[in-house]
Order: sequence, then structure tokens, then C-alpha cells
Amino acid sequence: MDWQQVPTLVWESAKLGILPALFGLIISVPLGILCARWKWFYPPVLSGASVLYAIPSLALFVVLIPYTGLTDTTVIIPLTLFSLCVLIPNVVDGLRSVPEPVRQAATAMGFGQWRRLAQVELPISVPIVIAGLRVAVVSSISLATLGQLIGVSSLGYLLIDGYQRAFLTEILVGGGLIIALAVVCDLLLVLVRRMLTPWRPPRRRREQPEAVGDPVPALAGGTP
Amino acid sequence: MRFLSYAWDWLKVPAQWHGSGGIPVRILEQLYYTGLSLLIAALIAIPLGILIGHTGRGAVLVVNLANAWRAIPTLGLLTLLAVTLGFSALAWLIPLVVLGIPPILVNTYEGIAGVEPELKDAARGMGMTSWQQVRKVEVPVAMPLIVLGLRTGAIFVVATATIAAYIGLGGLGRYIIDGLATDNYGEVAGGALFVVLLALAVQAIFVGVRRLAVPAGLRQQARQT
Repeated sequence: MDWQQVPTLVWESAKLGILPALFGLIISVPLGILCARWKWFYPPVLSGASVLYAIPSLALFVVLIPYTGLTDTTVIIPLTLFSLCVLIPNVVDGLRSVPEPVRQAATAMGFGQWRRLAQVELPISVPIVIAGLRVAVVSSISLATLGQLIGVSSLGYLLIDGYQRAFLTEILVGGGLIIALAVVCDLLLVLVRRMLTPWRPPRRRREQPEAVGDPVPALAGGTP
Repeated sequence: MRFLSYAWDWLKVPAQWHGSGGIPVRILEQLYYTGLSLLIAALIAIPLGILIGHTGRGAVLVVNLANAWRAIPTLGLLTLLAVTLGFSALAWLIPLVVLGIPPILVNTYEGIAGVEPELKDAARGMGMTSWQQVRKVEVPVAMPLIVLGLRTGAIFVVATATIAAYIGLGGLGRYIIDGLATDNYGEVAGGALFVVLLALAVQAIFVGVRRLAVPAGLRQQARQT
């Protein structure tokens, strides 16, 4: 197999995995803040997310082909939508995890609504939001390889090429690299969280999978 | 909606509705693959989830499995088995079952492990045996999560079965893969439309199942919180 193309493929996979999670974050922070503030707004958003989540990615990719062509955008849009399914609930849970006494203390210190949000509530939400981001990035990296079926290049190329040539090594290398990339991105996000939340004890508590309430399923992150 | 007009142009041709490659046959194929895989996955995952949730042994394994599962590239698993096993029933059944198990297992485990200790104490205090506790208290209380796990698993299996068309499986994914291979976007759009409708139907069915399977007492509680 041709090793020279591997760095390019890794880069493309990383891009298709990280960009959707970032776009998802940019969308879900304001939406999550609104959902945490207005309780009536949250259920419809959650239902929307859970309907979206049911749609297979391959189907969503091909639905977008007439509009965005065979480009990265065609893969990034569905993966961004999927990432919202994990990110919005996590932003809301994060904001709700702020203890009431902390909120009141901030108000008593003269913090206005916005300053309290930016300097107290959002920083306290960081661990939960990053937990969601980790799910989103890992799922996106894995799902982006399906873009190869419509010709959008990523590490999925090694899987398809290996299959067409019945070349087992190439498939194993491709699969291994996809998982390795996901693990590296996951660890990087853990580092980011530690830097952003220096007040937390450095030893990681065992993270339970998020408590799973209806309607967004556990382990949400996207459907193959 | 350019997508829908492509799909419609393809759908209205009567030939699509007949014969071994016709839409009704493809839908039945997809339901068969999905149903069989989900059944096997549930038969493995639900008892295992109940066992781990009830005894508390192996919980770490479940958590790690859940994390690892997200990273598995579906396409990698499918092509790997297709190349090693050739195209046989096992080549598609194994990936479909393997990808269907984790959501069912994790949710069942979470549901059983999350039963309030007071409830378990009460059950024991009433003289229930361990098996009765599981059957009469823990499983009914965990039912909403078990059904949610089945729903997530079903959604995953439907989606994975679509992709399995790439390694030669029948079903609705055939239209997408064949259409892409022959540059026939109408066929791709028609196939995608049915896949989307099927996924939404599966989602709706499980909302109904939930209504039937969840005990009335719990429904009351769910409404209040």
C-alpha cells in the first residue's frame, strides 16, 4: 500500500472529525443557554435533536448532494447536526450543575447577569460540555469515514481501497489509524479540560456514561 | 426541493415497484436484516445488562465498552469481515449484532443499576427472592431505559444495514450504493428517502413500544418530573 498518502488522509479525517464538533459547539452554547433559561424551550429542541439523530448519515449525505455537491461541506453539515444531539443536552446539564449558592454569591458580589454567565456559570459547565465534545469528536471521526462512499476523502479511503483489492492489511491499517486518531483527539480534549479547570483535582474521577434521559439516547453522537 | 424531485422522478416509474429488486422487496429485506440482528443483539445484551446491573460486577467493563464503541468505524468492521469471511451471512450479521449490542447493554445496565436502593430494600423486606426482585421490581422500573436502548440499537442497526449494501447486502442501501456507482442520482435519492422514512418509522414504533412496556405507575412519575 501507498504510505505516502497516509498523512494527507489523517489530516482530512481530523478535519472532518473536529470541524463538525467545533461548529456544533458554536451553535449549541447559545442554544443551550436559552434552553437553560427558558424551560419550555428545551423539550422541543430535544425532540428535534432526537428525530435528527435517527436519520442514517449516509442518507443525510446523499440528500445534501444536490445542494453542496461532493465536497467536505456535504459531510460536515450532517455531522454538525448529529453533534448537537450530544452538545445541547450537555451545555444545559452543565449550566444546571451550577450550585444555587454559587449563583447567589456571584449576584451578591455585584455580578450582572451576563458577567455571571461568562465568568461563573460557563466555566463551571466546562467539564460537562467537554465530556459532550469528546463524544462528538470521536463519533464524527468514525462517521466521517462513511463520506468516502460518496467520494469525500478521509481515512475511509484505506477501508474502501482495501476492500476493493481484498487487501486485509490496508483495512486493518485504516481501521487502526481511525481509532488511534479518535483516541488522540479524545486525550487532547481531556488536556484542554484540565487547563480550563485548574481548580479541579488532577486525578480523573471515573466518568460514568451520562445519565440517560429520554429523548436523546445514551451514547448519542450520530448514526452510521 | 431538488432532492425530492429527483426522488419522485425515480419513484414514479412502475418498474421500481416490481420484481426482486423492487422497492417492496428491498423494504422487506431491510426489515429482515434489522429485525434479526436486533433480536440477537437484544437476546445477548438485555440478560447481560440485567446481570451486571443487578450484581454490580463488570460495571467498569460496560463503561469502557460504551466509550470504545463510538470509535469503531462501521465501514472498517464491515469491510474487514467481508474480506476475511467472503460474502456470507456472518459477514453482515456479525457487524450488525456487534454494533447493536452496546446501546442496549449500557442502557439496560444503567436502568437496573439506577433502581433506588429503597425500592430494593422494600422488595427484600417483603420477602422476595433475588430473582423475584429482578423480575418484579428492577426490570419494570428499568423498562424506560431498556426500551430507549432498544430504540437506539434499532436505529443503529437500520443505519448499518444500509451501509452493508456496500459489501453486497440487499435492502434499501442497494439503491444508494448502486445509484452512486452508476451516477444515477434519482435512484440514490429514492433509496435515501425510503431509508429516512424507515428510520423515522422505527423511531415512532419504539415510542409506541415504550407506552406499552412502561408500567402505569412509572408513567405517572415521568409526567410529574
